[in-house]
Amino acid sequence: MVASRDDFIIAIRSAFLNKGNKQRFSLIGLIFFSTGLLILSKVNLPVTNYLKISLNEIVYRSSFIVSVPERKIYNLTNKIKDHYNIYNDYLLIKEEANQLQSEKYETQFLREENKRLKKIIKEYIYKSEELVAKVLIDKKSPFLKSIIVNKGSKDNIKLGMAVLDGSYLVGKIVEVNYLTSRALLVSDLNSKIPVGIEPNNIQSILTGTGKQNGKIEYLENEISIEDKSIVYTSGSGGLFKSGIPVGIYYKENSDEKEKVKFFSKLSQLTFVKLVSFEEDGN
Amino acid sequence: MSSKFKNSIGNTFLLYLPLILLFVSVFNELDFNYLNYQYFSFNFPFILIFYWSLKRIETLGYGYIFIAGMFNDAVLGFPIGISSLTYLIICGFAAYLKNITLRPHLFKDWLYFLFTILVANSINYFLLMLFFSVEINYYEILGNIIFTFLFYYIFAYIFDIYRKIISRIKT
Repeated sequence: MVASRDDFIIAIRSAFLNKGNKQRFSLIGLIFFSTGLLILSKVNLPVTNYLKISLNEIVYRSSFIVSVPERKIYNLTNKIKDHYNIYNDYLLIKEEANQLQSEKYETQFLREENKRLKKIIKEYIYKSEELVAKVLIDKKSPFLKSIIVNKGSKDNIKLGMAVLDGSYLVGKIVEVNYLTSRALLVSDLNSKIPVGIEPNNIQSILTGTGKQNGKIEYLENEISIEDKSIVYTSGSGGLFKSGIPVGIYYKENSDEKEKVKFFSKLSQLTFVKLVSFEEDGN
Repeated sequence: MSSKFKNSIGNTFLLYLPLILLFVSVFNELDFNYLNYQYFSFNFPFILIFYWSLKRIETLGYGYIFIAGMFNDAVLGFPIGISSLTYLIICGFAAYLKNITLRPHLFKDWLYFLFTILVANSINYFLLMLFFSVEINYYEILGNIIFTFLFYYIFAYIFDIYRKIISRIKT
């Protein structure tokens, strides 16, 4: 009994304390060092922030280069899929284009009318500053859904800026380095966005699920949302302006109940718009 | 002269292949997530680190593993140090197994690997959730652990062949 305990202690000591052949560091030393780094990350000292920003700059650029072959393969498979689906897509798009053409004039009228009405009730009209950024790294990690873009504090990027794909919301900036920034996608579990659901202007919070869709949370039981309602940002909290389209609410689906399907395909982002909204003085 | 030079470059590349693979996989998240199969992903660095810590730690080195962990944190947006800690815990488990094993067997290593990644992932996500308030999907983790465990057998077999080639080059 005593001998087996001794063997265990010797094996543990040898594994963690001894430096192996050609090893500069012992395992236990590095474990303590990592723990120290973690504690410093938690404390949020300025020195560690600078260290983190410098490390991020180097790693993001290197990761962009290393990811080139994988991206090529991914693009190639997508191209092949697109070629297979081209005729069906063409028919669908033709039908949609006809429908959109007719809706376009109506929307234009409504937009102008909305502007006039907002002026009457003295609600803020937002002006926005847009910046187009390239997606450097698109990490579909099983745990965090985020993208790295090639604009940072040098280009006046700030925390909380909205990230748009066309006119659809896809995320917000959560980390700003000097030349790069990280945007948390709306599909991430940690993403929470105040939304309004039309028709009926139901106010709620859209949360990511870690998959390609989101879910509506913090809704009172008696409120019922119509199938295929459109989810827009509500503007609550003042981070985003109201009315940025995010996705469609599906009440029932064969594989999953009640989900929000995002308008934008989050796995295929190449360029995004970074937008900050300010109240228009005029 | 030229062929000798080419040979030496090729040999050096082969000798450092596991280390190159480790850094490529942390920079690139080599887990085939882009296939978009639900819950399908696996942690290639875990397989690589466990195997080489068990068989020949000089190939990777604890220092490089620590740096690779820091790079992984930067890529994934995790707090700096958390992946390094996880990787080093895996190294510790592998080193312990190496010390107590007289006759290595792939099947036993495989089962021990499952225990190791369960512990390493538990520590990782416990720290992430408790101290850094990161929300995590447990099904995704479970899928990742299962596939990492299953793929270990295949990769260990491939690495065994690679080790035979390397030992032939050295002799």
